[in-house]
Amino acid sequence: MTLIELPVQKRRVALIASGGGHWIELVRFARAVSDHDCLFISTSTGLRAPFGEKPVVQISDGSRDTIGSLVKSVMGLNRCLRAFRPDVVISTGAAPGAIALFLGKMLGATTIWIESIANSEELSLSGRLAHGCADVMITQWEHLADERRHIHYLGRVL
Amino acid sequence: MILLSVGTQLPFDRLVKSVDQWAAAHPEVEVIAQIGPSRYVPKAMDACDFFDPEHFRELQERCTLMVSHAGVGSIVNALELGKPIIILGRDHLRNEHRNGHQISTVEQFGNLPGIYAARDEQHLIELMNRRDLMGPASRLSADAPPEFLDHIRECVASARPMPLWRLLWRAIRDR
Repeated sequence: MTLIELPVQKRRVALIASGGGHWIELVRFARAVSDHDCLFISTSTGLRAPFGEKPVVQISDGSRDTIGSLVKSVMGLNRCLRAFRPDVVISTGAAPGAIALFLGKMLGATTIWIESIANSEELSLSGRLAHGCADVMITQWEHLADERRHIHYLGRVL
Repeated sequence: MILLSVGTQLPFDRLVKSVDQWAAAHPEVEVIAQIGPSRYVPKAMDACDFFDPEHFRELQERCTLMVSHAGVGSIVNALELGKPIIILGRDHLRNEHRNGHQISTVEQFGNLPGIYAARDEQHLIELMNRRDLMGPASRLSADAPPEFLDHIRECVASARPMPLWRLLWRAIRDR
């Protein structure tokens, strides 16, 4: 039997993370999707996408302390996700990432949440929110994995 | 040069003040700080609220020691660049963060080579005084381990989207 190497089917992948640690964790596994058409979205200014020509889309930073900027962040995400029409949405958090998963789900995308390695004792609030709209839910701590609740451990970004 | 960073979202006056006082007592050492929205105004350090990411990366490459809150970003950067790092966890009981995850981060990562966990401000100063004895962190590659990348690649290629109502139902049912 001859094995034919099939080319990877190119998908549109949106990757969202808040600035700082969330972004740094996202960049560490971004190479896994470099064969696809990727759009990076973050809350921080001046970031450079790990690959590709597209600039990083900047959205307003909403955390649960600041409702006003959270609303702005939802509108920014809604605009760029509708324009990009992603097949897959991936986020490492925080709050804007959970919103992106919800919006991605409304657009029919496959949604993947990768909980930050910082959350070693319990899932973050954003993670718990994202759980309700994530097709794939990943924790980086083995003791937080729970197959019954569809929370998987697949290793770490470190 | 010593580089202090406390993230950009929340103030961390306890750390900024301690390092500034150390810097005042050691004028021969250059200390640069990214202090975010901290209220304390540094007197002996070259401080800024926010450095552009690329400039910040240059400072990280140039420094000989990092001092930081226990944020995963700072720790990963120190490991990637092989720099020693002293971390002080934000204590949510003092309103330094929304929850206690930085204290857990200190417990999980504080024992790795090159990472020095400060118990409190006093211990932080002791660690800074011993900076010449500090070995670098064991260098981490810029990418996650290959197995992790393979898992993500596989998820992106083959996971199929379920409708929102099924995901919500699943999450509620299996609580």
